[in-house]
Amino acid sequence: MTYLTDFFWMCSDIFLMTRRNLLHHVRIPQLLVLSLVQPIIFLLLFLFVFGGAVKTPGMSYVNFIVPALFVQTMIFGSIQTGVGVAEDLSRGIMDRFRSLPMTRGAMLAGRAMADLLRNIFVVFLVGIVGYGMGFRFTEGYGNAFGALALTILFGFAFSWIAVSIGLLARNSEAAQAAGVILIFPLFFASSALVPVETMPKYLRWVAEYSPVTTTIDSLRILLSGGYLVPPLVYTIFWLFAIFIIFVPLSVWLYHRLP
Amino acid sequence: MSERYPYFGYPFPSPKEEGEADASRPKEEKKNFEEVFDLSEYAVVTERVRKKFGKYEALRGVSLQVKAGSVFALLGPNGAGKTTLLRILTTLSNPDSGRVYVAGMDAVHVPEEVRRRIGLAGQYAAVDEHLTGRENLELVGRLYHLSRKESRTRAEEILQDFSLNFAENQPLKTYSGGMRRRLDLAVSLIGHPSVLFLDEPTTGLDPKSRHRLWKMIQKLSQAGTTVFLTTQQLDEADALADKIAIMDHGVIIAEGTPRQLKQSLHGDVLELRLKDQSQAEKALTQIRRFASDESRIELHTERMLLPVENGAKTLILVVQELLRAGFEIESVALRQPNLDEVFLALTGEHAESAPPHQSVPKASGWAA
Repeated sequence: MTYLTDFFWMCSDIFLMTRRNLLHHVRIPQLLVLSLVQPIIFLLLFLFVFGGAVKTPGMSYVNFIVPALFVQTMIFGSIQTGVGVAEDLSRGIMDRFRSLPMTRGAMLAGRAMADLLRNIFVVFLVGIVGYGMGFRFTEGYGNAFGALALTILFGFAFSWIAVSIGLLARNSEAAQAAGVILIFPLFFASSALVPVETMPKYLRWVAEYSPVTTTIDSLRILLSGGYLVPPLVYTIFWLFAIFIIFVPLSVWLYHRLP
Repeated sequence: MSERYPYFGYPFPSPKEEGEADASRPKEEKKNFEEVFDLSEYAVVTERVRKKFGKYEALRGVSLQVKAGSVFALLGPNGAGKTTLLRILTTLSNPDSGRVYVAGMDAVHVPEEVRRRIGLAGQYAAVDEHLTGRENLELVGRLYHLSRKESRTRAEEILQDFSLNFAENQPLKTYSGGMRRRLDLAVSLIGHPSVLFLDEPTTGLDPKSRHRLWKMIQKLSQAGTTVFLTTQQLDEADALADKIAIMDHGVIIAEGTPRQLKQSLHGDVLELRLKDQSQAEKALTQIRRFASDESRIELHTERMLLPVENGAKTLILVVQELLRAGFEIESVALRQPNLDEVFLALTGEHAESAPPHQSVPKASGWAA
């Protein structure tokens, strides 16, 4: 077999697994509706609860919070990726796929891709509702497109963390709990909701360098202006590190399931 | 080769093809092995396979050979190591040591070659609940790397064969347990496997679905597929298998055709029930001497079990003896030993799957 046909079948396998997972959203519309409504509720809550109290430097609170919600969508969506992986695992369907001559890891990639596509859809929705609330991107379409690309990359990176968590947790409740415990603090201990300057020293240090902060700051700069280089460099470093660690780790865990 | 296995066309590589496919494997290893086994004749060959989970030894050196085209049953109680072995044969896990060849291919070194040639239906119906029957079949067909057209026609064929076409466009949530299990089996066949692995295929099914599944397995076997199944039920192994291996605590403790295994047990089991079962112990002292093996007599609250040879004759003698002594018999039956009794005979222990029950105290000291 040549590399070309191998590559063709790899794409085919990933496509098939992506489609399978997307079909779930069509067959269980409740799942889709809930994952659409949740970020909208958060957007309105943050806007009206924190909006008046928090002073944001250089931009309106809407412009401050909408990029954070893009990232939040990706993070919370990735928890579901972990849950889905664990569910397949506990139901025995993963054993079936593992016994097939399909590409290593295509099952995991398909899950991550399907959830990513859903998340992108949600991001657009948040953007539209945000627009209604006064959110504007001032830096042109090129930068806005860059922001979208960065959001997607961030989401894809985090879904691999979630896949690893799902494979380690091995059941959907545990994956849910582990996702919440590991990923929630990361979101709140960042510049997502309030500027990091108000935090105590050590927390502030963590928050300043967290991938969530650097990504959200990059997005804010891409959408509302500012000096992009420092946060973007950190973000690229983080995403690269996450891919390098968690993609191989996930595939390894997948093939070494007991 | 293809004439021998008309159903699948390419189940086993000819010696030349295998040499090509296995070029990456160390040469000397293959040579040693093939001096002993002609791999084209066997669908499954394992040699001294061991597997440990922490300190627990799940497999303690399992060697077996399954002839191509036969039905092989691995029989044993829960925890015997059946599923562990099956997972190794289907490349889901690796042995700690030993050699494993499935469909002529080394399952440890070229697992992807093995996966191309096998089908697996597990203990749970491993199908996607939210997809329809047809979608499930076509998905797995495409994952076996059949062309779109091929997987569609093949799905159609199989739905017909398994009489599931009436429900092909319904999501699996709406299927009954038996239908799901049937679809699971159907899915495992879509890639034209030459060896089919079934892990307790009928556990949890009602008698009707069970018989239906048996029929399908027999049909597959007639069409040339090698079937390797695990089961806890002797009657299932008896009904389906050309050869049975009995497994306990990670080793094969007996192997043979169903007939050989039963003969090794010497005869049948006489099941007796008295009108007044409280008299049973007394009655048993009267008929003890008719048992072929006293250590295998069992006394339960509702019946007594006597291993006997010359079944029919002994039955009459036992009944006469009891009537003469004035016991009233409620029912009497002669049957073949079940798995628990096979275990008792082979190991002196009950199968772990058997429910705990009271037994007649004995000198040899096996407890219930």
